[in-house]
Amino acid sequence: MKIYRINMSNLSSTIEEVPDEWRLMGGRALTSAIVAKEVDPACNPLGSKNKLVFAPGLLTGTMAANSGRLSVGSKSPLTGGIKESNAGGTAAQRFAKLGVKALIIEGIPPGDKYYCVHVHKDGVNIKEETELLDKGNYEVIKTLTDRYGENTGVMTIGQAGEYKMSAANISVKDPKGHIRSAGRGGLGAVMGSKKIKFITLDDNDGAGIEIADKEAFKNAAKIFNKGLLSHPVSGDALPKYGTDVLVNILNEAGGLPTKNFRRGNFAGAEKISGETMYDTIMERKGDPTHGCHVGCVIRCSQTYNDKNNKYLTSGFEYETIWGFGAGCEVDDLDIIATADHECDDIGLDSIEMAVTMQTAMEAGVISFGDGPGILKLLGEVKEGTPLGRILGNGASFTGKAYGLTRVATVKNQAIPAYDPRSVKGVGVTYATTPMGADHTAGYAVTANILKVGGFVDPLQKEGQIELSRNLQVATTFIDSCGLCIFVAFAVLDSGDVAQAMVDMVNAQYGTKSSIGDWFELGRTTLQTEKEFNRAAGLTSKDDRLPEFFSEEVPPHNAIWDFTNQELDSVLPF
Amino acid sequence: MNVTIKLFAQLREGRFGVENSEVPEQSRVKDVVQSLNIPSDHVKICLVNGKDTGTDHVMQNGDTVSLFPAVGGA
Repeated sequence: MKIYRINMSNLSSTIEEVPDEWRLMGGRALTSAIVAKEVDPACNPLGSKNKLVFAPGLLTGTMAANSGRLSVGSKSPLTGGIKESNAGGTAAQRFAKLGVKALIIEGIPPGDKYYCVHVHKDGVNIKEETELLDKGNYEVIKTLTDRYGENTGVMTIGQAGEYKMSAANISVKDPKGHIRSAGRGGLGAVMGSKKIKFITLDDNDGAGIEIADKEAFKNAAKIFNKGLLSHPVSGDALPKYGTDVLVNILNEAGGLPTKNFRRGNFAGAEKISGETMYDTIMERKGDPTHGCHVGCVIRCSQTYNDKNNKYLTSGFEYETIWGFGAGCEVDDLDIIATADHECDDIGLDSIEMAVTMQTAMEAGVISFGDGPGILKLLGEVKEGTPLGRILGNGASFTGKAYGLTRVATVKNQAIPAYDPRSVKGVGVTYATTPMGADHTAGYAVTANILKVGGFVDPLQKEGQIELSRNLQVATTFIDSCGLCIFVAFAVLDSGDVAQAMVDMVNAQYGTKSSIGDWFELGRTTLQTEKEFNRAAGLTSKDDRLPEFFSEEVPPHNAIWDFTNQELDSVLPF
Repeated sequence: MNVTIKLFAQLREGRFGVENSEVPEQSRVKDVVQSLNIPSDHVKICLVNGKDTGTDHVMQNGDTVSLFPAVGGA
């Protein structure tokens, strides 16, 4: 495989051999290793010293189910630390089929011109782009699909990325021409700083995927695939209801943060639940289930139509629905779907923006419950008005602008969808992951609420530190394989599925490593990320939740009661 | 005594979302599950008043029982 490298300072590119140290890395392990090696941790994330790295996972492009995730890495303009954000869509498998282990983009071009990049079997072409500037992601994807054909991968930034906002994401075209996002940490702003509006990928005549032992791979892939389909969560619940099935269970368990984390249950939960969403989709002739990338067997995504049965949004996730819904006390799924559509189109992380709206409500910019007000404020972000530029830089920035202390962020990144006081394991993850508050970094909701991979009482401290640590290590490996996090349900519940995952990697790369050996890659990646963060100026004081979480949260009157020492023991390296 | 029974996801199919129910004193959650013709292995999560209990739990007057099949997301 090769490394493609682009220097935007002089619009040049090179193709490099993959150094030995990166050969057995992919996805998050690789983006973090490259960022740590090549980016000055003290640099300005929007300056010429920062780099933007794209990497498919170790298993991406193979027949392994759910292996089509793309990792994007950089120094984050939101957290000031290292960032990896991953997404489905049409890009990762094209990189893999081209034999591209990573695309590294460095430098910033002089002048005001914008560019587009085309990735193909012989390298890249960099061209000036004028037509699609200031356009939203839906129009960019449609125009490029018309221009280059259905079979072209697309990664793009919306207006938010062009404004270099810290909530800007990188959008990836999905197989239906809709949008998936590398959402978190402001990576769209880094792409905007490098003056790249979009990247297209053509994998025709690519080098393809090398597999050392094809028979062993095929056998392991079969067990893995079957394991995902036979697990009740990935085989039944996710395809039918999508991730929004979580609204009701978090609400019943008292862990659904409501009115900017004041309560753990929401009177309007049923109206925004997965069950209601499913009925609405069926009634409006939408599609309750499709995959975000080719080869996904879980198919948790969906298309949600409006009242006139016209497409409104897809990839409509629990965290977005929680945030604009319960978090803002809005119980209108159509308004929340419109907000999701606008975030995708403008190129905004819908978790960051939902918590930003809660913060704007806290500040009195609009009132709690004001759904139309949310859409109006998203319009300000799109237009780049002064208020829009405050909001588009996220919840912490907005909270600071209005002198607030009740701002739900860690390392300036918004806390998603699970109250850390009543789902304590995920609270430990929020505090300690090098990424800033991120539920996917160590999804302890599994054992706390869903009873997957055992049970750890969500309201007690016992067992949470270990749970979060083990999940953070395992997840980092899953992210490095390019696997969807939802494979974890089957992996956690079945030793055979976990072994099959590792057997696939061994068969592809000709290695004979154990599960423990491969999870060590997760641990060393976390260590690399923490070292980068320390050199960037983050300390253990940044591994803390905001002070307001010492308040009790109804209905269980739970409090955040971990000591600093306990939190510092989670990732003690 | 009176308890509130809430069913979610596939458990609702052919049944109900929420219902108040008169049950004998000392009833356990699993008695309710049986009376609703829900196969016991279809109930993955049982919350009573928002706390995980398991279906052997003896209910009290006024309890809210929330029953879920295996669900998940992130």
